[in-house]
Amino acid sequence: MSLVKAEGLFKSFGKTRALDGADITIRAGEVVAIMGPSGSGKSTLLHCLAGIMPPDKGTVMYRDQDLTAMGDSARSELRRTEFGFVFQFGQLVPELTCVENVALPLRLSGVKRKQAERAALDWLAKLEVDTVADQRPGETSGGQGQRVAIARALVTGPKVIFADEPTGALDSLNGERVMHLLTTAARDTGAAVVLVTHEARVAAYSDREVVVRDGRARDVEFAR
Amino acid sequence: MSIGHALLGLLEGGPRHGYDLKRAYDERFGQDRPLHYGQVYSTLSRLLKNGLVTDAGVEAGDGPERKRYAITDAGVTDVERWLSTPEKPEPYLQNTLYSKVVLALLSGRGATEVLDAQRSAHLTAMRELTRRKADGDLADQLICDFALFHLEADLRWLELTAARIDQLAAEVTR
Repeated sequence: MSLVKAEGLFKSFGKTRALDGADITIRAGEVVAIMGPSGSGKSTLLHCLAGIMPPDKGTVMYRDQDLTAMGDSARSELRRTEFGFVFQFGQLVPELTCVENVALPLRLSGVKRKQAERAALDWLAKLEVDTVADQRPGETSGGQGQRVAIARALVTGPKVIFADEPTGALDSLNGERVMHLLTTAARDTGAAVVLVTHEARVAAYSDREVVVRDGRARDVEFAR
Repeated sequence: MSIGHALLGLLEGGPRHGYDLKRAYDERFGQDRPLHYGQVYSTLSRLLKNGLVTDAGVEAGDGPERKRYAITDAGVTDVERWLSTPEKPEPYLQNTLYSKVVLALLSGRGATEVLDAQRSAHLTAMRELTRRKADGDLADQLICDFALFHLEADLRWLELTAARIDQLAAEVTR
């Protein structure tokens, strides 16, 4: 059964067509790698699936809700409660400590500070970075920062984690550790992971791959 | 690298004699290792025995044997099966993969499908190694890493070739 299903997605930036009729289906709990060369449209596809960017044409269904027909505030609410995000550069708030960064999504949903920070600390411990809880992101290494970002993505108990080149700025060893922790944590919580990567060793942590070429997604499994 | 399949693929363009086949093979695939005449004729006689090529008459001329060979329907089916079956992912496959891509382009088949099938087979092997690494000790991890890096190099070559497929098609069919 599909959790996220996109059909016939088109998206252009000026005269450049980034998506040209892309289809993709994500099932609950699976880790799917979206692969393809630079400029093939894989990040645009992720942004459309996650409701960050509306497609020019086509539909994105999350369960029985059509993201493309929702208003901005409903889509924001859905993103905050059901989705988690990890980007190439953690995009942590530099003025907040790591534990405050991880607690932030819960605070935005109205959870009290103490309770939010307790949950944040639990996640930091699971990702083996509770030692940097009171440091600011600028005081941590790249690998630690990405683990903090993963903790922030997981703290709300999302059903889908969207990760765009999460190891792109890390060396091989740190990249592997981050991928191991991300996919293990997602599998433990039952969250699906949609992973954009151009690195085969990163994609090897997925259950299956979807290749994007010239704005079209070749979803082999569902094309049969 | 299967010489028999490469010769069959070259015969799809029309009947040829052994010397002509050797020249075509060496030009496209034999830069480092040209075929010996003995290899060409022993391969052709095996293909003939297995019904994958047929005798297409003798061409008049000087020099070595001028018997011409033509591919049979069974030969075409055999080439198709070879092209559509991904190679077992292992290091140093480039020679075979390159030949498959060129022969797919020469025969008007989908070279992208050859690359996609191979990518999928490589990633399946890489997933298995990644799982082994997660459960293994340091020695296991290092052994798996060696294989993973080599498979990754193959995959980078596959991506680059996919990106240049139109250029390669124009060159090989010129």
